[in-house]
Amino acid sequence: MKKIFVLIGIVALVWACKKGEDSIPDLFTGFLKPNNFPEPTYNFSRNMITKEGFELGKRLFYEPRLSRNNTVACGSCHIQSAAFTHHGHDVSHGIDDRLGIRNPMPIMNMAWQKEFFWDGGVFDLDLAAVNAITNPVEMDETVPNVLRKLRAHPDYPALFKKAFGTDEITDARFFKALSQYMLMAVSNNAKYDHVMRKEAGYAFTEQEQKGYLFYQKNCSSCHNEPLFTDRSYRNNGLSPNRANDTGRDSVTLNPADRYKFKVPSLRNISYTAPYMHDGRFLTLNRVIEHYRTGMVDSPTLDPVFRQADGSLGIKMSDTEKDNLIAFLKTLDDRDFLTNKLLAEPEINSGFVVN
Amino acid sequence: MKKDKTNVGSRTVLTAMIILLLTITGACSKTEAPTPDEEKTGQFSIEFDNIMGEETLSFEPRVYKNAKGESFRIKLLQYFISNIKLYKADGSSYTVPQDDSYFLVNAADRTTRFTKVKVPEGNYEKVEFVIGVDSARSSMPVEKRTGVLSFNPEEGHEGGGMYWGWNSGYIFFKMEGYCELISDNQQGDPTGNKQFKYHIGGFGGYNAPTLNNIKTITVDLKTAGTAQVRKGLRSNVHLFVDIMKIFNGPHTFSIVEHPNVMFSEYSVNIANNFPHFFTHDHTENFVKSEDEL
Repeated sequence: MKKIFVLIGIVALVWACKKGEDSIPDLFTGFLKPNNFPEPTYNFSRNMITKEGFELGKRLFYEPRLSRNNTVACGSCHIQSAAFTHHGHDVSHGIDDRLGIRNPMPIMNMAWQKEFFWDGGVFDLDLAAVNAITNPVEMDETVPNVLRKLRAHPDYPALFKKAFGTDEITDARFFKALSQYMLMAVSNNAKYDHVMRKEAGYAFTEQEQKGYLFYQKNCSSCHNEPLFTDRSYRNNGLSPNRANDTGRDSVTLNPADRYKFKVPSLRNISYTAPYMHDGRFLTLNRVIEHYRTGMVDSPTLDPVFRQADGSLGIKMSDTEKDNLIAFLKTLDDRDFLTNKLLAEPEINSGFVVN
Repeated sequence: MKKDKTNVGSRTVLTAMIILLLTITGACSKTEAPTPDEEKTGQFSIEFDNIMGEETLSFEPRVYKNAKGESFRIKLLQYFISNIKLYKADGSSYTVPQDDSYFLVNAADRTTRFTKVKVPEGNYEKVEFVIGVDSARSSMPVEKRTGVLSFNPEEGHEGGGMYWGWNSGYIFFKMEGYCELISDNQQGDPTGNKQFKYHIGGFGGYNAPTLNNIKTITVDLKTAGTAQVRKGLRSNVHLFVDIMKIFNGPHTFSIVEHPNVMFSEYSVNIANNFPHFFTHDHTENFVKSEDEL
């Protein structure tokens, strides 16, 4: 009898060890469309997500070799604990601490995006990485040079083989692996989602419910459910900044697009400060004050902000503002921030995160 | 007398033999270019021979002068050629399969001056190509961007920086150099290096319409030599590409006034000069080896 117990103990230990080594397969479920989300826009038939492809993508996302002097990874400015934004930075500092002119957008629910970045200049997630890699103030590198570094690395040929069948490291495989990681960054476990899915034990408070109704009436024409963005480009009445960033117009060269920027999602709003395309507002309160009292008129200002009495913005009482903020906080998804599946692999630690 | 007769006779024989020989030779040269058989394919290339006005093109320190009297030097010159199409006298045409029809001409590497393709045998009187990358290909997923369109080392374009990462567009034509007259301020070159940069692209936009600087060039070959494509041989259409026309084309402009032209409305003026770059100098037919070119 004693022997049997020992045997069971050993078996359990071996099993536990195995489980420890292979903890990822337990987490990796492939890409699952949340029930309350629309059909994704990304064409998965061209890039089927596999565990190996995803794992390679994750390693690449945290790989500082993507930058000229091997110091900056994607994950340097897209930090999971800040919903993959650069917390505390109005604009990101990239290589050699050079500053850009825009606040990094969160990497979240990418499968539903039609275009990428504040100006929508990139129309394919698979090509989004080129922007960061080649930008002189971000990674200041070239893609062929990154591929050369990966080819010369002791680990990557084997990792590409696991993911794609052969150890060839090509541009398409590199981009697709990165996409696989980014596509898995799905945020759909906020209180809002639990409530909408009518899960037991979840309900809005009275204040949140009032805030939700206010949101639906005043915000949802642009930040529509369930992604909380209509993925359009609009001028929300910010005064032009010193860099005179004209936004969407720099891509379309259409004067009607001047000062228009991508409508950002409101999901994880508590974690993605500072706000707006240049990170000018540090708090959610300041953002809402902008819509209440701070709008600047210009020819391309979105018509939804023009009120019948000639005023600009969204009218609200202090109570309505408090209610709205209470509702917006139900869009925070802590699971997304702590999801171990997306966490930086230890092997890559050592790049600059600050 | 008999001898004479014999002489006359042998002369006649000799004449006959010469005629026969000539006939045979004629026949032989004809066998080199028999009636084209469309079932067979031969090699065809367009040679992009960059020149600078009435001079050859070379990089700095060589100095050139444009129509505005500005002296300048060239540091870099690259452009995409794509979508090659050939026309016969009867108006019928052959379009090179698109996947095989992208080339990057880099003035610093003479081996890149030929756009080598395989086409059916025939006598072609007109060629057509695009300077730049068509909008369909510019919108395709990464796996459809192969060869010079890829980001791979050794074969791709990005080592030459022929792509705008921020708007997912290829740079069709890239030329950089120096002009001592360029100011050191924001309107010129704030680094003080006196550089000019012309990065011309714009495929028309993906979801929203924007700049389209794709130019289709048609070259008539009838005057300077049609392209006779035959199996096992190569026909090479030798074009002069007069880069000076970027400044001196129908839209003449000053380097000092426009030292940097990239993705902007002004680039349309420069792209409109592109079709004036090309003149057909001659065609080399029945070429056996590239060494002959």
